[in-house]
Amino acid sequence: MAHGGGGKAMHDFIDDLFVDAFYNEPLAPLEDQARFSIDALARYGDRLAFTTDSYVVSPLEFPGGDIGKLAICGTVNDLAVGGATPLYLSCAVIVEEGVSVDLMRKVARSMAATAVEAGVEVVTGDTKVVERGACDKLFINTAGIGVIRAGVKLGVELAQPDDLVIVNGVLGDHGATILNARGDMKLDTEIFSDCAPLHGLIGALLEAAPNTRFIRDATRGGLATVLNEIARGSEVGIEIREGQIPIRAVVRGFCELLGLDPLYLANEGKIVCVVAKDEAEAALAALRAHPYGKDSVAIGHVTDERPGRVVMTTVLGGRRIVDTLVGEQLPRIC
Amino acid sequence: SDAAAAELGDAAEIRVIGTVQGVGFRPTVWRLATEERLVGEVLNDSEGVLIRTGGAAESIARFLRRLSAEAPPLARIERIEARGLPAPLLAESFEIVASLAGAPRTRVAADAAVCGACRAEVLDPSERRHNYAFANCTHCGPRFSIVTAVPYDRPHTTMSAFPMCAGCREEYEQPADRRFHAQAIACAECGPQIWLERFGEQRDPVRDPDAALAQTVAALRAGKIVAIRGLGGFHLACDATDGAAIQRLRERKRRDAKPLAVMATDVEMVRRYCRITELEQRLFEAVEAPIVILAADGPEALPAELAPGLDALGFMQPYTPLHLLVLRAVGRPLVMTSGNLAHEPQVTELDGARTELRDIADLALMHDREIANRIDDSVVRVSAGQPRLLRRARGYAPGAIRLPPGFEQAPPILAYGAEQKAAFCVLAEGAAVLSQHQGDLEELCTYEDYCKNLGLYADIYDHRPQLLVADLHPEYLSTKLALEVAAERGLPLRRVQHHHAHIAGCMAERGLALHAPAVLGVALDGLGFGTDGTIWGGEFLLADYRGYQRLASLAPVAMPGGVKAVREPWRNLYAQLRAAMGWEAFTRRFGALEGCADLGHKPLAVIDRMIEAGLNTPLASSTGRLFDAVAAAVGICPDRVRYQAQAAMELEAAAARAGLPSRAEAYPFARRREAEAGELIRLDPAPMWTRLAEDLERNAGPGTIAARFHLGLAAAVAELAFDLSQGSRVDTVVLSGGCFQNKLLLEQVTRDLESRGLRCLSNVDTPANDGGVALGQAVVAAATQLSE
Ligand SMILES: [Fe+3]
Ligand SMILES: [Mg+2]
Ligand SMILES: [Zn+2]
Ligand SMILES: [Zn+2]
Repeated sequence: MAHGGGGKAMHDFIDDLFVDAFYNEPLAPLEDQARFSIDALARYGDRLAFTTDSYVVSPLEFPGGDIGKLAICGTVNDLAVGGATPLYLSCAVIVEEGVSVDLMRKVARSMAATAVEAGVEVVTGDTKVVERGACDKLFINTAGIGVIRAGVKLGVELAQPDDLVIVNGVLGDHGATILNARGDMKLDTEIFSDCAPLHGLIGALLEAAPNTRFIRDATRGGLATVLNEIARGSEVGIEIREGQIPIRAVVRGFCELLGLDPLYLANEGKIVCVVAKDEAEAALAALRAHPYGKDSVAIGHVTDERPGRVVMTTVLGGRRIVDTLVGEQLPRIC
Repeated sequence: SDAAAAELGDAAEIRVIGTVQGVGFRPTVWRLATEERLVGEVLNDSEGVLIRTGGAAESIARFLRRLSAEAPPLARIERIEARGLPAPLLAESFEIVASLAGAPRTRVAADAAVCGACRAEVLDPSERRHNYAFANCTHCGPRFSIVTAVPYDRPHTTMSAFPMCAGCREEYEQPADRRFHAQAIACAECGPQIWLERFGEQRDPVRDPDAALAQTVAALRAGKIVAIRGLGGFHLACDATDGAAIQRLRERKRRDAKPLAVMATDVEMVRRYCRITELEQRLFEAVEAPIVILAADGPEALPAELAPGLDALGFMQPYTPLHLLVLRAVGRPLVMTSGNLAHEPQVTELDGARTELRDIADLALMHDREIANRIDDSVVRVSAGQPRLLRRARGYAPGAIRLPPGFEQAPPILAYGAEQKAAFCVLAEGAAVLSQHQGDLEELCTYEDYCKNLGLYADIYDHRPQLLVADLHPEYLSTKLALEVAAERGLPLRRVQHHHAHIAGCMAERGLALHAPAVLGVALDGLGFGTDGTIWGGEFLLADYRGYQRLASLAPVAMPGGVKAVREPWRNLYAQLRAAMGWEAFTRRFGALEGCADLGHKPLAVIDRMIEAGLNTPLASSTGRLFDAVAAAVGICPDRVRYQAQAAMELEAAAARAGLPSRAEAYPFARRREAEAGELIRLDPAPMWTRLAEDLERNAGPGTIAARFHLGLAAAVAELAFDLSQGSRVDTVVLSGGCFQNKLLLEQVTRDLESRGLRCLSNVDTPANDGGVALGQAVVAAATQLSE
């Protein structure tokens, strides 16, 4: 592993920390690259999936998780929503000089534990320590390789009229948790991030509903953003019912207080699935049987009306356009 | 001019451009020509009306003068072009000849209230249209609301479903008849019919029109709620003298506080409940038939449920024969509120009414003339001596607004307007057409109407824009649509700052020429997207059509919770007090106040954290939010507003009831100059809050406080505007933005500025609120284009 700009002692220490935490066979030789057998990969399916994402979050630790757990789950989920079995991850960390050793140890352990839960191995990595002010405490990048099951065909362009739109549980927990932690709101009740690896859940869904059209994790921009991506990608309309959208009372109250629309809040353990109508029941049953999907519910359906638009029937019976946001949630009232 | 007319000689070709088709223009031409003993012909073509005429030169000159002076009531002449013909005309008489086809460039008139002649016919038992609910003529009746395409001919209206009977056909073809070429002509034999449906009862509809009418009337008198299909949509009607019926309507419609419009048979009925001036009476009786906002202090009172917390009522005339027949038979004023669930556009279709209104109305008075274009009732209020349109819709749209000198060569422009009082504007050839008010674009139905109307207006005006214009706000659905269309058609898009658009729109409708010297624009409203990362709404701009310089604004204050702060006035009160003196200092001094205790029960710690962490807490220099804060301080809907601007409207009503105090009692505002904000002057309400709290302490009462606030704000605004105008050598102040729909504020600021020798302009023909923004966007873009 290369040396960063920071103090060598700290660098070596952190390097060791991660190498210890992630110890596994491909990582063991500490070469410049991890090596795997193609034959071994081919047992999982017929196509490779490869993704990368960088994680910056403030605060680094929050109820229900930390940046490390986020970095593993995020990349695992990005692979899983494409129908892939996630297998190998890389991990690159950029650490600001002076970050507490305790914190780094916690993050490394949390990443390792999450990787175990997700059934993936972190097989290559890198550490850089940079001067104070050159980054904000800790940035993590993970990339991942997975193998897509044979026969699985998922695409944002595949939604069809009458398909159902399903989410695997309550929305907005992660976004609310982060905002709450960031503002130090001192709410009576705590909110926890829903951060979780969803490959198992998605595997069960694809088994039960093989004609599933599309799955996406509702991360930044929340449910509203994903639904709009589907509506545009498939040139279909999507209709959802406000009354069907599962939101925890405490998150709802938090949104009320802050004036935020929960449809746009980030999630780290929630997926939006578009499933064929005749497989919807099986899909729901499979999802609900999984611990990360027990509150799964159909929130709406796909139509051939108004291609590209997402419309929500409100609890009062009105019909509201749900669009993507260009920026922050800004009042539009004059 | 007379000189020009004299040069025409004894034969002339005269072209009339404007809204001149389908309004009885040719029969008028025929009558005038015949009276002047002229020969020749008149016809409709794609440009408007074309006249070729011959006779004595002075007769032709007189004919030309009378043409403008005696044009039929619904005609809107934009231009008359006349030229002499070289040879005399070989004709024996004057004739109306068949229309020439061609690309339409003529206008569609706005819907008009039933005229005196039709009204008399409907009420006369000896007439064949006695009690017929759809009588109309070239001087009155439906136009825009029934148009499906242009040119405005019967096949292009929803009247195409009704073949004329022999009687109607004869009238239609008789030039001397006032129904000559009346495209919506109808009678009981051939035209639309009414019937009555009973929701929730398994009984057949009442098909006989007289019985349907009689049962409707009986139901209304018995306190029932009736859905009535009208001109531009369904109304929900009930007895306006019956508080219980009104309450029932409110509950079922889930509209708990917003004022309800009332229809009265005539001005005599209005006078029982309201003071009405001569000008207001003229508005009430005008062909546009708007809802006129009147002071509710007549000899009798209507139930408070009509307009809770307000001291004004909105009255309109029965503007169709159907309404007239119902009103006369009921003999009482009727609530006539739009037929919908709260926050949604009114229902127009029969099936829509059957599904969406069945839980609100007991009965539905239906008819089978389809409504092609949904259009709301317009609202007007006399303020500072002028009738001001608060909502511009039925009766006014799609009429053109003539632009001031300099805009004649403006290219075709389409401006998309704002978001919540959505209206767009098409501009071409020196005229601007502002679409009817369409409501909140986030409502699906409204958005779809807006899109449909964009197409309809483009057809009506044969408008192919070369330039699109939108607000700076990135999240307005109108902005997003404009961006999409611009990309799709490869058209340039210009973004115009919200408050500059408010000011420019007002300048344009008040006739300031393109190259007129700069004005001082004062834009007071709720929220508009600023250029400095904050939200604006209390702005003093040195402006012309092309650009502006922000000289001053209200001091920006946090809006904790963004949109939530608009709905919950207490948030603004807390933010204001916190900014003015700090919450702790405030409670130390005024802790005994009841309002202080109430605020103390709110989650203030969370709000503090939001403000400190900048969580969904934009800064806003908004006048609307200041009104909300003051309202909350005196106990006017502190927890929640139930309709837009409720707090401000009730605060105004409270001040009006108390009457304006002497100048000395006006609350003080401070001014400070912000070096880091480019020497911007901030008008700071901080000193006002101490005085207000002291007044609360001595139990001054909400009315007194509201009045002192109004006067203080008006004085501070006028004084700052005056000083800025002196500094910038400007002699005209332009007042716009939704807050100037507040009569007290507008009148006080106007009086103050005029007494200091300044010219003061404010919106008349277009709404001062966001309903007028599109016009401003269009002229700003046009001005920029014209000076390039
Ligand atoms: Fe505005
Ligand atoms: Mg990602
Ligand atoms: Zn008439
Ligand atoms: Zn007839």
